Amino acid sequence: MIHLGSVLNHDHPVYQAMLLALSCAIVSLALIGGYLATNDRIIELELQDQLNTLGQVLPADQYDNNPLEEQYLLEDERLLQPAQLLLARRAGDISAMAWQLRVAGWGGPMELLVAIDPGGTILGVRVVRHKETPGLADKIEIAKSDWITVFDGKSLTNTPTRAWAVKKDDGDFDQFTGATITPRAVVKAVHTALELQQAWLASHKNGPQQETQP
Amino acid sequence: MNYPQLFRDGLWDNNVAMGQMLALCPLLAVTTSATNGLGMGIASLAVLILTNTLISAVRGVISPQVRIPVLIVMIATAVTLTDMAINAWMHDLYKVLGLFIALIVTNCAIFGRAESFASKQPVIPALADAIAMGLGFTWVLVAVGAMREVLGSGTLFANASLLLGPGFAWLETTIFNTSPDILIAILPPGAFMALGFLIVIKRLIDQRLHSREETGLVQLQH
Repeated sequence: MIHLGSVLNHDHPVYQAMLLALSCAIVSLALIGGYLATNDRIIELELQDQLNTLGQVLPADQYDNNPLEEQYLLEDERLLQPAQLLLARRAGDISAMAWQLRVAGWGGPMELLVAIDPGGTILGVRVVRHKETPGLADKIEIAKSDWITVFDGKSLTNTPTRAWAVKKDDGDFDQFTGATITPRAVVKAVHTALELQQAWLASHKNGPQQETQP
Repeated sequence: MNYPQLFRDGLWDNNVAMGQMLALCPLLAVTTSATNGLGMGIASLAVLILTNTLISAVRGVISPQVRIPVLIVMIATAVTLTDMAINAWMHDLYKVLGLFIALIVTNCAIFGRAESFASKQPVIPALADAIAMGLGFTWVLVAVGAMREVLGSGTLFANASLLLGPGFAWLETTIFNTSPDILIAILPPGAFMALGFLIVIKRLIDQRLHSREETGLVQLQH
């Protein structure tokens, strides 16, 4: 028989087991509460962030639909997960295509947004999320440096395949002091987006309207 | 409770990074600029205040034999809740600090203060200890970050307005127009060197103070 009095003694194993169980129960409740209180807001804010980033590469007067509503997924072995294609339309015609890509960076996966006009010229590129070294490789963020704007106006026609590399690899694009792998990954990802778009347009000559959405 | 001594300990004598040699993992990892150091410092200070107060408040029911797992789940929860709260309600700050907040879990100084101070002291001294230790950690982070940033990029407090708001844009200074580009300062070895120099300077000052105290004592005895 366990005595109630002795169970309340801090040295009693039953007290210690109960203390551990109770602390786990309390912190679990606290975490559930915190999750419920914040999760909807966090999802909403992240969606807002996505729209804001989209706004940086796609001027709002370029489209009159909601690009987040017309999405396609495309597999490619160079990417960590299928590329997401968002179609911006004006008066029903495609005015721009935004590609959301996830590639391997130096510090972990990076997410990029590449906006390309239907003719294959880049409108803008932004790095949406990354885990690259602060102070060294985070110059890929528009907030830290305007490096990412070098892609504006580039296309497969005006930049041959071998030029899609950093200068260290005899390409056209600057690397950063102390960080080559990150800009190399970004350049490769942008090139991939252009090639994906070319392939996608070739296979959708009759317009994407017939395609069923994923 | 001797509050002046508590703050003297936190800021200098028993400083988390330079005296206790704790929390070196986040210290070495994020101090590539003074702004990053400040961000990590503020985030650690906030978590330390939360955990020290909380742990001091429940210290009566925690049995010493199982205190370590109990303290660890409490600290991990406090860090996670802080992370979620800043993400939801201070989203712009989170975009800058987000990376650092998760790293606080690896900060043994938080656990060190919980174990050696908060679990034995009433709430008010535990709170004061958290503020003193947090501020002490923050200034070392900013100092190491500033040293590395000036040598590596030639700037000081670059992008401070992203962290503190546009009102603090005046903090952003360019020290050298042509960056000295001592790349090693920004790379990981630079963190060890900067911290090493800071510790040497602290030891030298302590030695000077100590010998002055001793000569003072000798004169008194005469």
